[in-house]
Amino acid sequence: MQLDSSPFWISLKTAFASTALVLVLGVAAASWRTGRQSRLWELFDGVLLLPLVLPPTVVGFFLLVLLGRNGPLGSLLWRIGVSLVFSWPATVIAATVVTFPLMYLTACGALDQIDQGMLEAARTLGASEWEVFARIALPLAWPGVLAGTVLSFARSLGEFGATLMLAGNIPGRTETIPVAIYFDMESGDTRQALVWASVVLAVSLAVLVALGAWTRYQRAYLVRDPARTKRGPLGA
Amino acid sequence: MALEVEIERNLADFTLRVEFTATQRPVGILGASGSGKTMTLRAIAGLYTPARGRISLDGRTLFDAATGVQLPSRARRIGLLFQHYALFPHLTVEENIAFGIRKLDAGERSRRISEQIAAMRLAGLDRHYPGELSGGQQQRVALARALAPQPAALLLDEPFSALDTYLRSELERQLHETLAGYRGVTLVVSHNLEEIYRLCEELVVLDRGYVIAQGSREDIFRWPPNRQTAVVTGCKNFSRAQARDTHCVEALDWGCTLHVLREIPRALAHVAIRAHHVHVAPAREITSTQTLGQNTFPCWVAATSEAPFHVTLYLRLHAAPTGPSDYHLQVELTRERWAELQSAPLPWSAQLDPERLFSLPD
Repeated sequence: MQLDSSPFWISLKTAFASTALVLVLGVAAASWRTGRQSRLWELFDGVLLLPLVLPPTVVGFFLLVLLGRNGPLGSLLWRIGVSLVFSWPATVIAATVVTFPLMYLTACGALDQIDQGMLEAARTLGASEWEVFARIALPLAWPGVLAGTVLSFARSLGEFGATLMLAGNIPGRTETIPVAIYFDMESGDTRQALVWASVVLAVSLAVLVALGAWTRYQRAYLVRDPARTKRGPLGA
Repeated sequence: MALEVEIERNLADFTLRVEFTATQRPVGILGASGSGKTMTLRAIAGLYTPARGRISLDGRTLFDAATGVQLPSRARRIGLLFQHYALFPHLTVEENIAFGIRKLDAGERSRRISEQIAAMRLAGLDRHYPGELSGGQQQRVALARALAPQPAALLLDEPFSALDTYLRSELERQLHETLAGYRGVTLVVSHNLEEIYRLCEELVVLDRGYVIAQGSREDIFRWPPNRQTAVVTGCKNFSRAQARDTHCVEALDWGCTLHVLREIPRALAHVAIRAHHVHVAPAREITSTQTLGQNTFPCWVAATSEAPFHVTLYLRLHAAPTGPSDYHLQVELTRERWAELQSAPLPWSAQLDPERLFSLPD
């Protein structure tokens, strides 16, 4: 049996790229959002969280409408010679949009938990808003943000519906593992589907176990057992 | 060296309207919880924006509603000691202290850090994290962090409230020393009378957002200008009153006529006396009020409440009480005095010291 390993590498590349993107976008949106309270912001949250509850095919459909050659954004890009639909970047866009709510929610939760007094203390000690964020808020929210990152990574690895709608199934270019599994099954290649399914299962399980261990480590760390005054390598 | 504050803002249940000036001598802001004390500190530190008014420090305008000046916190040069210290848990003691002086050159920075570590007795703890420190050590780190940038004003919000009682007196003594060496304006917010009295020479008393008294601590405790100031400074005994002449009042709730040494103001609503200024003695033969001295009345004990070193008596004047809540005066005695008195038959005599009675206009 000949196994084309390209879906694995495409999935991995897509997951890393979308996770990096979603980390920056999610944390930026969350930090901008914290401290603002009104009904209007709840609507804003609703729009950002929609991809979490919509069927991925619906997300993919709207992305296709938006970015397709005749779509409002797609036609602009077409004019400068960029076509996103059915290309590798489309897999990244699909994964980013689908995983954004996970990152946004966990980052909002982590930032909301921070004692406002610490941010105020930093301000009275001469810190600019950027320094308050970079030196106090982000490090304090880091365990939560990291958890969101890992979840987004795992979710992005498994992204199927939106990816298929927006990026299609072009072997060697846009064919990710979940898409490959679907088409393997459709063409009757159960064995190859099983191989890919096992890979996804193993990676996802590893990620979740690692996340659990990390959370336990962080908790032990924040409580700070006096017997353990030396910091671990991950104690950022 | 002066901090001038004049601010106003409508809050949910009252209007904050605070006006005072602080100079080199530490100023204590005293008031019941929810009287606007912390809000005032936050406004000065730039963490809260008043609707109207002006704040200036050493001639620099920090806030002026009329001209729209509003310096951000980071530019105000104000050190704030938070009630729960707000130390950065992910930074070491040394990094916490260094936070406010990170823009200084390395030499000056390490000089100031060592200076603070020595002054606050934190030697050997510089690489520890706040979570590994005791409450008292945390307070000292927070103080070191606030002082390292050499702020023009130091604001302390309930500096001892997060500490155990037995730690307080030692830390209070240290803080007293630190403040004596600090060359800037100091404000201390507290609801603990004794602490604030020991730390601050000047007092500002707040009630529901208003300054109801300000002046030297001796004056404020000796002659509270109004009823709420008397309450906040710990006075327990009040009676509605009508003036008879310039030194004599009818105490309506206590059912007696009292001589007051200090001239009674024209507007008079209450007379009051502190619990330790009522002198209780065994009275062997009481036939009528005349046989007792000035401001002295027969009294019966309605209830008692014992503390480790003193006893509070709830006394009913003129007649035996009908129950434990039927009393006129709260009186504080040392345990030794209480032991002497206890065996004497009732009634006893209670004297309301004419020198210590104060007349209140409200």
